[in-house]
Amino acid sequence: KRGSLVLPIRRGAMAMRAMTRCGWRASRRWASFGCLNETQEQVREMTRGFAESALFPVAAENDKLHRFPAEVIRELGELGLMGCQVSEAWGGSGLDTISYAVAVEELSRGCASTGAIVSVHNSLYCDSVQSYGREEVFEAFLRPFAQGEKVGCFGLSEPGNGSDAAAASCVARRVEGGWRLSGTKAWTTNGIVGSAAVVFATFDKSLGHKGISAFVVDTGADGFSFGAPEDKLGIRASTTASLILDDVFVPEAQLLGREGDGFKIAMKILDSGRVGIAAQGLGIAQASIDLAVKYAAERNAFGKPIASLYAIQHKLSDMACRYDSARLLTWRAAAAKDDAKPFSKHAAMAKLAASEAATFCAHQAIQILGGMGFVSDMPAERYYRDARITEIYEGTSEIMHLVVATNLLKEYAALDIALPAAPPKHAHHDHALSHAAA
Amino acid sequence: RKVSQRAGMSKPLRVLVGVKRVVDYAVRVRVAADNKGVELANVKMSMNPFCEIACEEAIRLREAGVAGEVVAVSIGPKQAAETLRSALAMGVDRVIQVTTDLRLDQELQPLATARLLRAIAEKEEPDLIIVGKQSIDGDNGTTGPMLAELLDWPQATFASKLEVVDDGSAAVVERETDVGTETIKLPLPALISADLRLNTPRYPKLPNIMKAKKKPIETLDAADLGVDLDLANLVLSVNTPPPRPPGVTVADVDQLVDKLKNEAAVL
Repeated sequence: KRGSLVLPIRRGAMAMRAMTRCGWRASRRWASFGCLNETQEQVREMTRGFAESALFPVAAENDKLHRFPAEVIRELGELGLMGCQVSEAWGGSGLDTISYAVAVEELSRGCASTGAIVSVHNSLYCDSVQSYGREEVFEAFLRPFAQGEKVGCFGLSEPGNGSDAAAASCVARRVEGGWRLSGTKAWTTNGIVGSAAVVFATFDKSLGHKGISAFVVDTGADGFSFGAPEDKLGIRASTTASLILDDVFVPEAQLLGREGDGFKIAMKILDSGRVGIAAQGLGIAQASIDLAVKYAAERNAFGKPIASLYAIQHKLSDMACRYDSARLLTWRAAAAKDDAKPFSKHAAMAKLAASEAATFCAHQAIQILGGMGFVSDMPAERYYRDARITEIYEGTSEIMHLVVATNLLKEYAALDIALPAAPPKHAHHDHALSHAAA
Repeated sequence: RKVSQRAGMSKPLRVLVGVKRVVDYAVRVRVAADNKGVELANVKMSMNPFCEIACEEAIRLREAGVAGEVVAVSIGPKQAAETLRSALAMGVDRVIQVTTDLRLDQELQPLATARLLRAIAEKEEPDLIIVGKQSIDGDNGTTGPMLAELLDWPQATFASKLEVVDDGSAAVVERETDVGTETIKLPLPALISADLRLNTPRYPKLPNIMKAKKKPIETLDAADLGVDLDLANLVLSVNTPPPRPPGVTVADVDQLVDKLKNEAAVL
């Protein structure tokens, strides 16, 4: 019996060691990340102030007119927000990932379209070029983008495949000095306004995902054109369009990583991108909560503010809990990335939680505002429409579940899980009988 | 030097800016339960808005080549370092922190503050001191003028426009007063206090926020500066203003005039 007491503890220790391998010990350092450090607080102050003064006043109109906020993007460039994580040597700001997440969240609170533009430009375009591009292309394809003079896009999805990224049909034909790319990329944020695009194309379909390469392409190149801007439900101030490549020449130097690395690059870049999109969802959720609380405090029904009614309080609590848990997941993913730890699972959890928090909070905000939530006089309806995309792009929620489950199963496969023993079937019954007999 | 020469300055100025850490302007201030002061625990603190304007003006002078160095000083608890780092993030060159545990809205009063700033000014030898016209906690508006007096310098308060002229030997200032705008010229060194319309402070750029982290903060203790910090005034109690009484309906115009004359005393 004593032996059986010792065994679970030993197994527990093994589990601890295995979890440490997965980064549990590192999470003790993150115990205080519910708070921001001074720099992160300063970033938050600045982006929040900017959002309130520059984004709040124009977000509704830009949404109504489907207008790209060029003026705002220029100012964001001057503030260093278009090169958040680009190194200072190349005109960027060298921010840590939590600061970046905070910045995107505050901008998205003001205008989710701006959040989308900034997130895609930073995480998908700049990160790809900086992490995988050759230094010889940085002067043309990184510096002006980090300084906000030009905007970048990311062409991965195609009309025929979104989640099934490995089934790329855009082809890269090897030619003298480089490649010629032909095909169509769909749903590209920052299309039309983008001066360069990261494009994924296959040089050998028979190799499946190993046959895909990543390139940085000048959108002004011969044969490159944009499709018509999409008429979207939400984030309407951002421009989304297809990229049409008709035998576009891409020089050797503009290959990202090595030939065949494309799929791996896409997956790694999307992990970072998911932190950005999670942050965008958090901004929309925060804006929805702000609006709902303010409205509920002022709107009277049954002789008192509706904020005093439990039905409303329950909704607000639900919104706050989902928002805050998603935020902690997001910051944990960001901290893991900065610690150079594997963070795919964390990023997927963050994006999943934050996007669902965004749609939930926006939905409930409309509900709390009632009729006022349904009209464009209040931003609730815009938050609702903007939130919807966060569950779709940069990996649908279904794909997020897939990523989390795959990682989870891998983690468990490395552990020897101890389950508590089932009680012996008849021992207690016999014990009681023997007592009774005695 | 090229920028200074283009600005017509043979020797760029050193500008000293005073910045104060106060309750954030957006916070709804509450009186503490003991009525001895306002509630400061767990309340958001930021740089005084008029100090931000003062900082911004100094940085603009440097960018125009008129100033060569901008030094910011703040008096307060160790958290005042955050205010100084905000100043660094905006773009000031150097910061000095004078530490004290005295409560800034009550215990450290304008005359004592002015004396401390004089000690700093005598050390730093600035050509121009820019401060905010008042801080939003005490709202005294006296520290700047007192400091100018202690230094025996000319002063221009409530500045809405500042121009340095005559190769840095004088300044032309537009002052906003209750009866209109006054333009005066004063020789430097001088003290200017900034009013709301002097400028709109910039948002700190991200690279500057990151750089500010690494810059040093020179720290001095208020007690070491040999300054008399005694209270000139004692705060007896702090109370919320009484709620506005409800309006009264008057029967006719005669009654209205009577009330305006005899009760409200505005006629």
